[in-house]
Amino acid sequence: MDLLEYQGKQLFAKHGIAVPSGEVADTVEEAVAAAEKIGYPCAIKAQVLIGGRGKAGGIKIAQNADEAREYADAIIGMDITGPHGEGPFRVDQVWIEGGSDIAEEYYASVILDRGEKKLLAMVSAKGGMDIEAVAAEDPDALVKVHIDPTSEFDAAAARPIVEAAGLAADALDEAADVLAKLAAVAAGEDATLIEVNPLIVTAGRDVVALDAKVTIDGNSLFRHEDLAAVADTVDDPQEQMAKEKGLTYVKLDGNVGILANGAGLCMSTLDVVAQAGGAPANFLDAGGGSKAEAIVNALEVIKSDAKVTAILFNIFGGITRCDEIAKGIVTASQQIGLELPLVVRLDGTNSEEGLKILAEANLPNLHQEKTMLDSARRVVELAGGAA
Amino acid sequence: MSIIVGSETKLAVSGLTGREGSFHGLRNKAYGTDLVAGVTPGKGGQDVEGVPVFDTIKDAVTEAGANTSMIFVPARFAAPAIDEAIESGVETVIAITEGIPVLDMLKTYWKAKEAGVQLIGPNCPGVLSPGKANVGIIPAQFFDPGPIGVVSKSGTLTYQIGNELKQAGTGNSSIVGIGGDPIVGSDFIDILSLYEADPETKMIVMVGEIGGDAEERAAEFIAAEVSKPVVAYIAGFTAPPGKQMGHAGAIISGSSGTAAAKKEALEAKGVRVGESPTETAAIAVEVLNSL
Repeated sequence: MDLLEYQGKQLFAKHGIAVPSGEVADTVEEAVAAAEKIGYPCAIKAQVLIGGRGKAGGIKIAQNADEAREYADAIIGMDITGPHGEGPFRVDQVWIEGGSDIAEEYYASVILDRGEKKLLAMVSAKGGMDIEAVAAEDPDALVKVHIDPTSEFDAAAARPIVEAAGLAADALDEAADVLAKLAAVAAGEDATLIEVNPLIVTAGRDVVALDAKVTIDGNSLFRHEDLAAVADTVDDPQEQMAKEKGLTYVKLDGNVGILANGAGLCMSTLDVVAQAGGAPANFLDAGGGSKAEAIVNALEVIKSDAKVTAILFNIFGGITRCDEIAKGIVTASQQIGLELPLVVRLDGTNSEEGLKILAEANLPNLHQEKTMLDSARRVVELAGGAA
Repeated sequence: MSIIVGSETKLAVSGLTGREGSFHGLRNKAYGTDLVAGVTPGKGGQDVEGVPVFDTIKDAVTEAGANTSMIFVPARFAAPAIDEAIESGVETVIAITEGIPVLDMLKTYWKAKEAGVQLIGPNCPGVLSPGKANVGIIPAQFFDPGPIGVVSKSGTLTYQIGNELKQAGTGNSSIVGIGGDPIVGSDFIDILSLYEADPETKMIVMVGEIGGDAEERAAEFIAAEVSKPVVAYIAGFTAPPGKQMGHAGAIISGSSGTAAAKKEALEAKGVRVGESPTETAAIAVEVLNSL
């Protein structure tokens, strides 16, 4: 789960890392009121979960109330696309904070390195720009050190890292302290990625986190009530509905609704549908041991996406029983009136019973296929052209 | 031979008194796995259909001779249960539980390494050695004994491929589900090296998915250390960046960890990669027949 900049900064403040004070605003009026309170110059920053906000025009410095109004009006409601084509993300909130007098711009992060099974601390004196470009063009400018999982990572342990990165001598103590505290945020808040770009040194030589990119491990939310509340806010109506029904659903752009059991098989189903020339509308993992009711819920979510023109069921029953799936399909047809073409492939545990249930129900919109590849081709045919 | 579980396995199931734990534990027993103990704190002295229950895994080791532990306890209690298993004296710990906080697993991973314990999972379907033993939730009816070792991040996808191999008339030495979490006890490399050493395994099918760099590391390892043929499948070509696809590990950040990058890394080292589970099974059969 990714946090917005201001949510990340609130976590930083909780762990004693210096951040500019500011306020979050949902409307232009709120933004202007916040700017008036904070004073000028102040920064008006789009709160979206994507990098490259500055380049996209999502960060502006206002010198007075008129400018604050003009920029807030432009930023709230704008769509921002990420540097790798992510999104677009609609801006619903802005963060207004006091302008900072920047003397140096650095980069600092603590990230879970899956391959090495350790946290990785990274520091660079070249902050304020795309760190991937820095790493590619001047690899020595980015110092990377793994944190020993068996010993304490305090400011003393962090100090050699910030020294190696060549930060200004008078900022080393504070920068080491910040790096140690970033590791403490990781441990204390179950963050798997914490990135500060830029980490600035002010004209008064204070070290301040001017940005915050934080990813929290979704598995840990049972022990972070405050963060769990953040996770409950989902923008997309289908994703919200799926969440309420306890389903693993991700919205995509296409018109072929997909339901499979197991994350791996579901991803594979999206791939074969795409190979057959179709565009998947969603990822939906019905999970292991799905009962009929879960299938009805899943179909309701898929069907509520107006783009969907046909639906594919790809089930390989292991723990999941195909007769339960078939019952769910029949019940859903009766309860929620399913008229879209439905391609069903049932294999594995109790598949014969499942196929029999479907045959007896004799649903006019249902098409059975024996293999995964045939079912993908069929659903693409029935879905028609791309949405 | 087979790897990780077999006729020598003596299994203790943590969580055997729970609904899921008893269902799958007893299913494993019915398959022929030597289930010697259940473990639930406070329930020592009870039994589950004749299987004695102990308070600790250590008791199951000393009193029932357990050498393998399966963890079936709820996520928030699972990391301490795995730690307990690591310290109990068993050789192998197989953690089925899904949803364990990743930074807990980070600590647990290093405990297992230090103790020299083979940890599989978490968030995995377990290990099946057809005809010998099944530890976990893999439906054994889709797999026959045979010469192909399978290692996979995904459960159902493995059943799909295993079933296609069975229909083609071949089978498996073992099927190892390593799990889809960002931190798992054993990676592709660990399992590939066990298959390389296993005389019964003639070739290997590896099933990966988006996220992390375990497949890229496996490609390097295969080129350097694996003499047996390896065929691979990667899921997640159509996954959009930044979206998590069910498995906690299946997320692409930026440009690395994509299915295309993994396929390319494997093919660069001479590993054939199937476009679909069906094609992967077909390539595996073709390679097997050429041996």
